[in-house]
Amino acid sequence: MSWNRKNLLTLEELSLAEINQIHQLAAVFKQQLGRGEKKVPALRGKTVVNLFLEPSTRTRLSFEMAAKRLSADVVSFDAAHSSTTKGETLRDTAQNIQALNADMIVLRHAASGSPLYLSQVLHIPVVNAGDGAHEHPTQGLLDTFTMKEHLGELYGRKIVILGDILFSRVARSNIHALTKMGAAVTLVGPSTLVPDWFTDYGVQVSHDLKSALADAEVVMLLRIQHERQSSSHFPSLGEYTSMFGLNKTRASWLNPKAIIMHPGPINRGVEIDSDLADGDRSVILEQVTNGIAVRMAVLFLCAGGQPDQITHQIS
Amino acid sequence: MPSLWIAQARVIDPAAKRDAVGDLFIKDGRIIASLSAAEKKKARKLDGRGLVACPGLVDIHVHFREPGQTHKETIASGSRCAAAGGFTTVVCMPNTSPVVDTAGTLQFIKDAVQRDAVVKVLPTGCITVGMKGQALAPIGSLKRAGVVAITDDGECVQSNELMRRACEYAKMFGLPIMDHCQDQSLTQGAVMNEGVMSTRLGLRGWPNAAEDLIVSRNVILSSYTGAHIHMQHVSSQYSIEILRRAKARGIRVTGEATPHHIALTDCALVGYDTNYKMNPPLRTEADRQAIIAGLRDGTLDCIATDHAPHTNYEKDREFDFAPNGILGLETALAVTLDVLVRQSRFKLPTVIDLMTRKAAGILGLPAGTLADGAAADVCLFDPAEKWTYDAKAGFSKSSNSPWSGQTLTGRVKTTFVDGKVVFDGGKIAV
Repeated sequence: MSWNRKNLLTLEELSLAEINQIHQLAAVFKQQLGRGEKKVPALRGKTVVNLFLEPSTRTRLSFEMAAKRLSADVVSFDAAHSSTTKGETLRDTAQNIQALNADMIVLRHAASGSPLYLSQVLHIPVVNAGDGAHEHPTQGLLDTFTMKEHLGELYGRKIVILGDILFSRVARSNIHALTKMGAAVTLVGPSTLVPDWFTDYGVQVSHDLKSALADAEVVMLLRIQHERQSSSHFPSLGEYTSMFGLNKTRASWLNPKAIIMHPGPINRGVEIDSDLADGDRSVILEQVTNGIAVRMAVLFLCAGGQPDQITHQIS
Repeated sequence: MPSLWIAQARVIDPAAKRDAVGDLFIKDGRIIASLSAAEKKKARKLDGRGLVACPGLVDIHVHFREPGQTHKETIASGSRCAAAGGFTTVVCMPNTSPVVDTAGTLQFIKDAVQRDAVVKVLPTGCITVGMKGQALAPIGSLKRAGVVAITDDGECVQSNELMRRACEYAKMFGLPIMDHCQDQSLTQGAVMNEGVMSTRLGLRGWPNAAEDLIVSRNVILSSYTGAHIHMQHVSSQYSIEILRRAKARGIRVTGEATPHHIALTDCALVGYDTNYKMNPPLRTEADRQAIIAGLRDGTLDCIATDHAPHTNYEKDREFDFAPNGILGLETALAVTLDVLVRQSRFKLPTVIDLMTRKAAGILGLPAGTLADGAAADVCLFDPAEKWTYDAKAGFSKSSNSPWSGQTLTGRVKTTFVDGKVVFDGGKIAV
């Protein structure tokens, strides 16, 4: 099957087949990296611009490394140094980047929908690296990739996403991917951060941690995003931890083989007990590692590559 | 000026309960019941067959951006949009730059209207100084200088105490208060309706409750003070229920509905198109149906456009950062006819009433009738003509309309103000 998209804007718009294609290609790249090959020549001569207009460390580094391992040239810049602080619009900034002959833009932006907007303005590919509370498609792809590595097929598997769902683009992208795969998704957290509107996605909403965690095979924790909330969503971090923080007792309610995930950055002692974050059920750092392979696959495909080019190189 | 004879049009004048094919005569800028045989001979005769002749439409909620934001619209361009849309009387909001909180600024606007307007443009003044919601504007001076209502449109007065005093004070002058009902503590950072769609799009939601609270507050203050409070662009189902009960108890409240709130829902936002971004936001199908029901049973009194021009470069950006508002004047009649007459089975005279007599009645304006002796403000339209609206080719300085490029049914042919043709055959005629 050939790949026909030049942009990766959301997981909502991807088909299950497309998600699987990215995962298969990511697995190939991961294999290569595992054999110690740090670089493949797939994007040699291409320039990828990381336009990060909202603070990010992990995602930006991950995209940079992914692009470099594809042998692309990478230019990254962030909000503090961009002319957007001088009043330039996103459209103008992006058109300037395009005029500099960039081949692709990776956009992180606080405004939901801005990658779609940019894709309508530019002719070069746009990859969404997180837009507001909307989507973070590569995170959803790497999370489901990691789940599949541990669980195999996700159809019918009980997966819990716990925490600040309302403001989470990671949750939304995971919800879209997981529901396409047929997983049984439950969202848990305080009612102010997990409104019932989410049931429209075909997922369960619960505010009872014990029944939600019972026999779950994955629990994905989300950071409490202080910066996006007004002060009124819950009384205090302490109360949040006491009601919804994952500790050893609560982790014992999970399926014995369950994995614990977190897209980072983690707040130790708030949404997760520090020992659990480092424990043997935690796959938090695997997620980070997988992120590079998944983003390599996304950059490669959106730049016009076809999956069989890479699989042929390997075999 | 020769007399005018509009012959064999369907003349609809809800004020006189007139709806029949016949003649409409204009002499010396006024409607006249009949012309003498000699006068008829000399009159300019217009063929009205297949057309509707009704009172010039009245819009009590427009933004003409002058002074201060004339890159978006001016009184000249805005009034031309009005003429093209069949409107002969419009009421402009005071959120210009500077805002209309002094008689001096009002005089500036009146001078511009005198000089540039092709339809009747009536000004409003602010409720509070600087529209900041902290101290009463000089409402008496504004009244004396000619405002037809006071409003802090867009910046709902948050202090109940100040709103109470504004009610009491404005009542002394018989001035209606027009309120954009929004509890701002509930809408911080909000850019669309709160619900399933905002959850899906990851955009901050503006809950109905923020409107419902202020509508309730206004009902209570109107009841307490006796002042007339008009609720602008009502968008929420529950607000309509509150108004319905208040009116049943005889409280002096009125409400308007916009063409966009009766035509569209928040589902239109899937592509983050900023031409669907306005305040209050597009809401759900249940709200849309409730607004239509409110217009049907008289809970809501009129259609008003909230014509809100913004330039391309202001609208063409991230959804969160684009300003609220869309154009309305040139599409209002066609869109309203489509939703109310064709989809919701309103009778045509009922819809004309909502856009003429009833709109004028809210503010006590001398408009909206074809009675003998009334100013000859007339809209002549073809209810069946299909046309494609191109906002860029329209009369506004802006083009922020969700209907641009769409084929609409119902087209204004000629607009008369005081018996003079101001718009005819797609062109401004003055």
